[in-house]
Amino acid sequence: MPIVLKSEQEIAIMRRAGQINATVLNILAEHVRPGVVEMELDQIVRKEFASRGVQPTFLNYRGYPATVCVSINDEIVHGIPGERVIREGDVVSLDLGCTYKGFVGDAALTVAAGEPSPEVRRLIDVTKEALRRGIAQSRAGKRVGEIGAAIQEYVESEGFSVVREYVGHGIGRQMHEDPPIPNYGPADKGPILRKGMVIAIEPMVNMGDWRTKCDPDKWTVRTLDGSLSAHFEHTVAITDGEPEVLTLS
Amino acid sequence: MAKKEAIEVEGSVKESLPNAMFRVELANGHRVLAHASGKVRMHFIRILPGDQVLVELSPYDLSRGRITYRFK
Repeated sequence: MPIVLKSEQEIAIMRRAGQINATVLNILAEHVRPGVVEMELDQIVRKEFASRGVQPTFLNYRGYPATVCVSINDEIVHGIPGERVIREGDVVSLDLGCTYKGFVGDAALTVAAGEPSPEVRRLIDVTKEALRRGIAQSRAGKRVGEIGAAIQEYVESEGFSVVREYVGHGIGRQMHEDPPIPNYGPADKGPILRKGMVIAIEPMVNMGDWRTKCDPDKWTVRTLDGSLSAHFEHTVAITDGEPEVLTLS
Repeated sequence: MAKKEAIEVEGSVKESLPNAMFRVELANGHRVLAHASGKVRMHFIRILPGDQVLVELSPYDLSRGRITYRFK
C-alpha cells in the first residue's frame, strides 16, 4: 500500500491518541512490580481506555487475544498476558496501542520489576537511547534507512544486537502501514521521509544474538539463544523541522 | 506492535528448476524454494547450481524466498 500522508488536523487527532496511549502506558509501567499477575495489566488497560473513550487497537487485531503485549525476559515482543506472575528482576516490555477517532497511537517501553542487575539496567538504557537516536534521524529529506543505521550502529557499539525479523512501520488509520522501518540496515535504503508521514519506530534489542523464534501460540516472539531483550517504541510525526513524538503524555 | 518483515539470508543454489525457480540451501542448513526476482530476470542474470545468492525470505512462509542478488 502506498504511504499515506496526514494533514495537520489528522496529526492533531493522532497527537491526542498518542497522548492518551502514553498516559495509560505510564500507568501500566507503575503497576509493574514483583507479584503482579500479567492479566491485571490487561484489565487495567481495558478500564483506562474505556474511561478515556478510546478503543484498544490490539484486541482482535489479526486474532490477538488481549489489549496489550507483555513480554518478559527472553520474550521480545507480542507476549500474551496470562496467569504468569512477575518476579523480582524480570525485564518486562509493555507494548500498547489505542485507536481514537479512527487513528492509532502505538508505543512501548521496557521496565525492570524490582531492582535490576547492572547489565539489565544497561540493556534497557541502551534500547531507550537507541530509540532517541532513531527519532533524531526522522527528519524530512532523510531516508528511512538512516533511522535503522543509527540504531544499529549505537546498539552494536554497546555489545548488544538488533532484531531484524521485526520492524517499525508507518501508522495512521491502521496500525501497520507502509513504509517498513527496520532497526538496522544501510542508510541509503528505503523511501525518503516527508512532512505528513507518521511512523512508529520500535527498536528491539537483544543481549545475545539477534535471531528470534516464535512460540507455538503463534504470537510470542523470543530470542533464539534465550538472552534478554528490551523494546521501546514511539509514534513520531515527520515535520518540516524537528520530528514530533506523538506518544507523550 | 512490531511488524514482521522479510529477512535476507545468503545461500548456495543446489538445483535449478523450471520457471526460474531454484532450490537453495541456506547458511543455516534450511532448504528453500526460491524464485529469481524480476530485477534479476530483467538484466538476464544467469543463476546456476553452485552460485552463492542472496535470498529474501517471506515472514509468512519460511520455506519460500526470492533471489535478489548473485554474488561474484
